[in-house]
Amino acid sequence: MSSEPNVTAQPLVEVDDLRVDFGSHRHPFHAVRGVTFHINKGETFGLVGESGSGKTTIGRAIIRVNPVAGGEVRYQGKRISGKISAEEDKALTRKIQMIFQDPMASLNERAKVDYIVSEGLLNLGRNLTREEREEKVARALGDVGLLPEFASRFPHEFSGGQRQRIGIARALIMEPEFIIADEPISALDVSIRAQVLNLMSKLQKERGLTYLFIAHDLSVVRFISDRIGVIYKGQLMELASSEQLFTNPLHPYTNALLSAIPMPDPVRERDKKLVVYDPSCHHYEKEKPAWTEFEPGHFVLANERELDGYRKKAGK
Amino acid sequence: MDEKPILSAKDLELKFTLRGKVMTALRGISLDVYKGESLAIVGESGSGKSVFTKTFMGLTDANGAITGGELRYKDQDLLALKSEAQWRKIRGKEIAMVMQDPMTSLNPLKTVGWQIQEAVELHQGLKGKTAHAAAVEALRDVGIDDPERRFGQYPHEFSGGMRQRVVIAIAVACKPQVLICDEPTTALDVTIQAQILGLIKELQKKYKLTTIYITHDLGVVANVADRIAVMYAGDIVEIGKCEEVFYDPKHPYTWALLSSLPQLGVKGEPLYAIEGTPPNLFVEIRGDAFAPRNPKALNIDFVERPPFFEVSPTHKARTWLLDPRAPKVEAPERIRHLKEEGVSLRVQ
Repeated sequence: MSSEPNVTAQPLVEVDDLRVDFGSHRHPFHAVRGVTFHINKGETFGLVGESGSGKTTIGRAIIRVNPVAGGEVRYQGKRISGKISAEEDKALTRKIQMIFQDPMASLNERAKVDYIVSEGLLNLGRNLTREEREEKVARALGDVGLLPEFASRFPHEFSGGQRQRIGIARALIMEPEFIIADEPISALDVSIRAQVLNLMSKLQKERGLTYLFIAHDLSVVRFISDRIGVIYKGQLMELASSEQLFTNPLHPYTNALLSAIPMPDPVRERDKKLVVYDPSCHHYEKEKPAWTEFEPGHFVLANERELDGYRKKAGK
Repeated sequence: MDEKPILSAKDLELKFTLRGKVMTALRGISLDVYKGESLAIVGESGSGKSVFTKTFMGLTDANGAITGGELRYKDQDLLALKSEAQWRKIRGKEIAMVMQDPMTSLNPLKTVGWQIQEAVELHQGLKGKTAHAAAVEALRDVGIDDPERRFGQYPHEFSGGMRQRVVIAIAVACKPQVLICDEPTTALDVTIQAQILGLIKELQKKYKLTTIYITHDLGVVANVADRIAVMYAGDIVEIGKCEEVFYDPKHPYTWALLSSLPQLGVKGEPLYAIEGTPPNLFVEIRGDAFAPRNPKALNIDFVERPPFFEVSPTHKARTWLLDPRAPKVEAPERIRHLKEEGVSLRVQ
């Protein structure tokens, strides 16, 4: 929330009219189309959508794994998509880190934790002595609540929650400014999710980290995010502060996502009506939709007619 | 609900031998499942919920052995079944299972139609055209459009949700009595999750199936379960009707599971997290297995294993807190008013 001291109105990451294509040039598949948003320094931006919606692709485009087909990504005001100099590339590798979805698959089974956590440092070619490196690993492990002696163990000796902590330690050791967390908790048990989420919030408070939090479950994103973007089939549908999105969701797809959250309440849950999003409910043949700011900070993809409807509902 | 259970486990004990060490995965677990009901078994990974349900189908891993107790399906003693041939009469035909991950439970080299037809031919003895028709019918049953065309497609041509529908079609095509769904929606998106749960519920009504859900997420089962059994460290710690477990939970572990649901958290405050880790099952557990992680554990919790105390005829819990001599400990604040206030996804 903007009232928090860590968050400034200064954008750290800007994504401008981003397009990512897959497939051949002749038959491109537009995985992401015309996505525009920015992430302020110190805030958590949640990106929510179903599988195949392109949310991971956006994250990967920002960290420069997927090439950008159109538009650009800026970091601290400087373009980082496309060709950049080798020094900039190195600096960005350190500044932007990623936490992956499945802690069972994202750690090298044949390497010890010590190597897994410090691999990033080695890749950057910093001349660290063995002692310095070991000390850094021990500190990173301590930061995520693991014991320093874990450094000499293999990933299979750990539980899912502990593995995800190793994944976070691996990102932290680079002293990043911006972390892209791609579904960091969806492979974990509900009881472990809380631990990892709390850890991420704590680290953010202590170090002023900025997060891009990618997930498919709005009930989780709501906790950690200051602002949330809802994405469907490669396009942003709605973008608002968590508060606005939950109290006043506009787009029918957002409503469908909200209604799908399972509630631990048998009586009300049985009466609940599931909203299913049907893209043909829009009539975009005559009037094309546009990315519009409905109220300050609350954007939605809609055409004039739909906006009128939203305005009526809001009583304006 | 019928009076006589369709599936019944009594004091079931199961041990695994791992590199010479013995692990007790099920510690004298008892459970009755009644015809036509839907029961949810909820617990963390490693609590033994999958191991438990696998014993119903004779799918225990080779290094595991049932060392005590009884297991009955209708009038049949399942522990007396020795050969694979005997098991095959139960497995799939009487008791079917939907596995967790639809990405790995289908054969990528065979068309989905072939895979459904295989099950139909094996268990219903149908052949040729009738088997084909039955398989197409099974696809239509699970809500797949244009089943004739989809019949000839391969698993990679289906999305995750659609694949899970195919897996369900295979399970239901043999007209089983009991359907076990092992984390049926964990690998799926929230929107698809709701649809798949709806589908299973619908099929349950249509074919009068007895369904057993296995999940780690209490939030998911509120809508689909008649009864809920909460499992911890190889035993059921609380069992009751859905409303009883959600609105009036008695065991501290159930409290902890409910409190840790993100739906109940308040933004800005840390989420409730269960401290510590599940117990090591290689050593014998004394007292209440959850006691070391329970900040409000009583002294007796570390000494003697609590028996089941009855809260109502349908609701019982294994905790000393229900003993008349125990001090009064109330459920945590955030889950106490679920019934009156419901859940609102508060952002502030």
